[in-house]
Amino acid sequence: MSTFRSGAGQPAPSRTAPIPPGTRDVLPDEMRELRAISGRMRQVLEDAGYGEVHTPALEYEDVLRRGEERAAGARYRTFDEQGDVLALRSDMTIPIARVVATRYADAEPPLRFCYFSHAWRATGRGAGEPREFLQGGLELIGAGGPEGEAEVLGLTIAALEAAGLRRHRVGVGDGSLYRGLLAELGVDEALHLPLLECLSRRDLVALELLVSRVDGLGERERDLLVRLPELRGGVEILDSVEGVTLEGLRALYELLAERGMGDRVIFDLGLVRELGYYTGAVFEVYDPAVGFTLGGGGRYDDLLGRFGRSLPACGVGLDVQRVHMAQAAEEALG
Amino acid sequence: MSLTVAVPRGALLDGALDLLDELGVDTGEVRSNDRKLLFEEAGIVTMRPSDVPTYVEHGSADLGITGKDVLLEQSDRAVYELLDLGFGRCTMVVAAREGGDPIAAALRRLGRVRIATKYPRIAERHFSATGRQAEIVEVKGSVELAPLTGLVDGIVDLTATGTTLAENGLRVMEEIEVCTARLIANPVAHKLKAAEIDAIVEQVRAR
Repeated sequence: MSTFRSGAGQPAPSRTAPIPPGTRDVLPDEMRELRAISGRMRQVLEDAGYGEVHTPALEYEDVLRRGEERAAGARYRTFDEQGDVLALRSDMTIPIARVVATRYADAEPPLRFCYFSHAWRATGRGAGEPREFLQGGLELIGAGGPEGEAEVLGLTIAALEAAGLRRHRVGVGDGSLYRGLLAELGVDEALHLPLLECLSRRDLVALELLVSRVDGLGERERDLLVRLPELRGGVEILDSVEGVTLEGLRALYELLAERGMGDRVIFDLGLVRELGYYTGAVFEVYDPAVGFTLGGGGRYDDLLGRFGRSLPACGVGLDVQRVHMAQAAEEALG
Repeated sequence: MSLTVAVPRGALLDGALDLLDELGVDTGEVRSNDRKLLFEEAGIVTMRPSDVPTYVEHGSADLGITGKDVLLEQSDRAVYELLDLGFGRCTMVVAAREGGDPIAAALRRLGRVRIATKYPRIAERHFSATGRQAEIVEVKGSVELAPLTGLVDGIVDLTATGTTLAENGLRVMEEIEVCTARLIANPVAHKLKAAEIDAIVEQVRAR
């Protein structure tokens, strides 16, 4: 039996030598399991031709800025001896885009990479959101269209299967759909951002209220703006919206269905990802055993161009610790 | 019902149970037993309103019913807000002692105002959004007491009828937001149990 002594009279050592909130120590039992999970996922990705890369934790802020306006994701900055601003990376997608443009400038696409690396973000929304987290994922560069997305999602599903999950699903949406719809319906540009923010938070009450205040819309258009984010489910929902073309998502579904993974897809027309660089399809990964997303990703066709090598690309990043929690929960269910 | 719903005890309980009755959930046991917390058969867990977003965010409940005041105070919770349920209507207000305007006076003479509240984040946001420096004093019990004893210049609190404020010699200076009960959902359940959740949303909308 273990005992946890409070050390009567003595301040607990963790009080006098704390670690920052949102960070954690990993001890051997957990580490072994994390290693096993990453190992099995890595094997699936390596076998599919995705070589693992590692990049510096610290990047020049200027370089991260090129990938994402204001380098908004990266929240920890410092200066080097020359006074240049360095930032801790907030994901692996921007560093890999930089690697492709600089180290693979002449390589024939498509290029395939996987990674299992730490990234750092501000603790913000969500339960127990970490400041430092281990991200595992894959990037497919130089493959456009649904074929590329199907390859990435197919491997994501397979890697999670290898990690021990059984009931995981991927949510698929189109990150440019709602924005495009607002433009098409001639909604005042000043209202786009507040509307998209409501959508991103899924505050559907505020969204409906805002839409009801937009001038110059008919009943049908208002209804479309309010109901579109509620549309989620199987491939059949792609037929349920008049006047919105979703051919790309339909083709993606067909390709995944050919791989026997059609039932793993949940289309979600209200899905928007917070990162600014996504240009088309966006993904989220779920397991019914846990109440939070395991990770996400999408298509980012403009990002590589900002580093000087214009190529379409897409990828997925998973929070390995959350995958571990889902695996443990699935295991407990038997 | 295959969904688990987090139901708030307190002022919103009756409205929430009436709503669940209309949806065909048997709430008899919840109504007759105010000690028990978990009603597995009915798919109901009961808790204080401010705990509802916590259980829903973690997925321990798929849906929850709670006040907009709670959601505003806990605005960093990753939950989806699906519907305004209409009942439990209250207003979040700034109130101060009757006679004069102690808040304006404190700001003019001292450059800041002291505000007591159970909703520190709503109060902080409201005063900073209106360009006034406020020192927020968080209290757990009856907020009305704080200005009467000189602890603070004013309060931010939720009021339904204003009776308690009036009885304590306080009056409403500003209305911050009208708060009603809301239906919230866990983000993952919203995807994985879409059909069940949509059926409930449709039923509530059609009321």
